[in-house]
Amino acid sequence: MSVSVGGQEAASLLQDAGFLAGLRRDLLRFAQLYLNQDTDSAEDAVQEALLAASRAPERFAGRAAVRTWVFGILKHKLIDEIRRQRRRVYLTPLDTGDGDDDFDAQFDASGHWNADDRPPVWSDPDASLQQRQFWTVFEACLTHLPEATARVFMMREFLDLDTPEICTHLEITPNHCWVILHRARQGLRLCLQARWFGEEAA
Amino acid sequence: MNCKHAAWLMSLRQDRPLKLGENLGLRLHLSYCPGCRAYRQQLDFLQRACRAFTPPESTEAPPSDTDTPSSR
Repeated sequence: MSVSVGGQEAASLLQDAGFLAGLRRDLLRFAQLYLNQDTDSAEDAVQEALLAASRAPERFAGRAAVRTWVFGILKHKLIDEIRRQRRRVYLTPLDTGDGDDDFDAQFDASGHWNADDRPPVWSDPDASLQQRQFWTVFEACLTHLPEATARVFMMREFLDLDTPEICTHLEITPNHCWVILHRARQGLRLCLQARWFGEEAA
Repeated sequence: MNCKHAAWLMSLRQDRPLKLGENLGLRLHLSYCPGCRAYRQQLDFLQRACRAFTPPESTEAPPSDTDTPSSR
């Protein structure tokens, strides 16, 4: 990828007080989704990410690119932190066991979709990825998941840890891990259907 | 295979490779079940969305380079 002529030094943008304050707040919110029992660790990870970013005089085409880049750095810091913590981020087992009924209710007695619950085709969903409003809804849906479910899901999908590592880290069985991920995806799917794709169709 | 089991396998295959029998059963089911095909589309989209996710900028200010009129 070529560097834009009008690119901005990441370091100088990161010295812009307004930009930095907003970015720091967003990074912290993201970090706390993983480390929310431990605000100090979340703040440390954010601080380290910003520090690492400020040392690199790379050029970017605009604020969005810098944000994406710094978030990438933060992800690595979070992986480090999660590996360091090991047992300190742990699941409350109850969180994911009950409530199966919410999802089971989508199916009839023979395990097929109820007429009203059958998933509709989302038309051109990828167009949503370009819309800022979509990401606000997406994040709200993530936040709406039970805390432990969200954490496992984010380790898997955002930090790209594989299930053996997640299982080891949280001391749960692979099957439990897959069940949690299944529930997370169902929850997100239903939330996006209700709050985004359903709205579109309406 | 019913839809409930198919939905489980469609999630599972994002985390581990399906066994031969699971895979064949799922493919057969998908061939005649539009609801589950839509479910597959939605899960695939979710995965792409997660990979593209950067939390949205939360400033209320307009997305320009002007300084926020914050009180300092």
